[in-house]
Amino acid sequence: MSEIAARIEAANAETVRRMLVADPVLVDVIPAHVALRNLTDRMILHSGPPIEWNRMCGPMRGAIAGVAVFEGWADTLAEAEQLAAAGAFRFEPNHHHDCVGPMTGMTTVSQPLLVVENRAFGVRAFCAINEGLGKVMRFGGNDDEVLDRLRWIRDVLGPALGAALRDIGGVPLKPLIARGLSMGDEMHQRNVACSSLLLRVLAPALARKTSDRAALSAILDFIGRNDQFFLNVAMAMGKSISMPAEGIDGSSIVTVMCRNGTDFGVRLSGTGKDWFVAPVEMPEGLYFPGYSVEDANPDMGDSAIVELIGLGGFAMGAAPAVVGFIGAGPASRAADFTRSMAEIAISQNPEWTIPSMDYAGVPTGIDVRRVVDTGIQPMINTGIAHRKPGVGQVGAGVVKAPLACFEQALVGFAKTMGVS
Amino acid sequence: MIDRKPKNLLKTPLKVVNVGLDGFSQDLARQNVPVVRVQWSPPAGGKPELARLLAKLGG
Repeated sequence: MSEIAARIEAANAETVRRMLVADPVLVDVIPAHVALRNLTDRMILHSGPPIEWNRMCGPMRGAIAGVAVFEGWADTLAEAEQLAAAGAFRFEPNHHHDCVGPMTGMTTVSQPLLVVENRAFGVRAFCAINEGLGKVMRFGGNDDEVLDRLRWIRDVLGPALGAALRDIGGVPLKPLIARGLSMGDEMHQRNVACSSLLLRVLAPALARKTSDRAALSAILDFIGRNDQFFLNVAMAMGKSISMPAEGIDGSSIVTVMCRNGTDFGVRLSGTGKDWFVAPVEMPEGLYFPGYSVEDANPDMGDSAIVELIGLGGFAMGAAPAVVGFIGAGPASRAADFTRSMAEIAISQNPEWTIPSMDYAGVPTGIDVRRVVDTGIQPMINTGIAHRKPGVGQVGAGVVKAPLACFEQALVGFAKTMGVS
Repeated sequence: MIDRKPKNLLKTPLKVVNVGLDGFSQDLARQNVPVVRVQWSPPAGGKPELARLLAKLGG
């Protein structure tokens, strides 16, 4: 093995070690302006790599207009769009603020954020609370129903969840994920087990800390109806796991994968804050009644952080039920997806195992060299948004991370290693 | 001396490993010939510059 290769192997081993020893705990819910010290007034954080208004897709623009009205920065959606086009708002990626967000990923000052602390390294990551299913802001919805729900989350649900979490000292997430995998979740498109387990842990504390009976009933009903409630917790967890793995000199391990509906962005541990960007691909999947691929928006969201830590499409072998839901073929093919992703990862997670695959650990540590060498693109389970603003989710499917991102990343990595 | 192995090979039931083009394995499967498909493609998708970088980076 050459000296360069040995240096990379050592750096990669340390990167994945840090990911595997993570100890993520859901500890609190606090307003974004408290959680994110660099988040300011009229700053809108979004999913994916950096992007300006004139290149944003329909759902992203719709969500921005909606969140501007929600924050009181505009009186109407039309005024909000005009302000956005005129440069009145500053747009930055969630990933620049230790934060992630699903689909459009809107994060602004007054929204309550889930706080996951990686106690092995003392770092915190954040994500907004999941709004529920159907017509929601993360899929570009922005009418009064959407905004009223966000206000309720801000004023009632968020504070109640925060009080409950502080009361019980937080919820350790690694064991919860392990149970969820054994119950058929993959933590991206299927979160029903983890959402149920989390509600079971939180319900007594919610009852103790929420004196208003009507509010308590609404909170329990809201969480109980939402099979995807845990997704945002899993995303914040993923960010808290990947953050200590960043910035390791000589490491070719992928530490960020994200999309904004226009571009897909990748970062490597060993290339610092450099973004490697290429056009997103179109998900392939199943559509809700009345919708088809003609209605679909290209790939979007920070939720690829879930695949980054070995879950989602990487853990498909644990969730055969999701294969049919996303139109990826017969349930018997579920393990094939995980085996394929194992070709581009350098390790397995011994604490997150898949019973039907003889307790194989989920593939962890995507090596950009393996992606480029094999041509095997990371596979991401994802929701599909309508391409027009204000509509919402129209389906679910599987999407591949563009190979071009990883080819660019390999060239960038080679430069940092002094290889040309 | 003539090596008779190829003639014997063709007289015994075939077990095939197909590397690369999937059409070959599909044809064999249609004729009920056991075949294992190996997904293979040239390193770095056949792009020489990337393959060269990979070789230097131990990939």
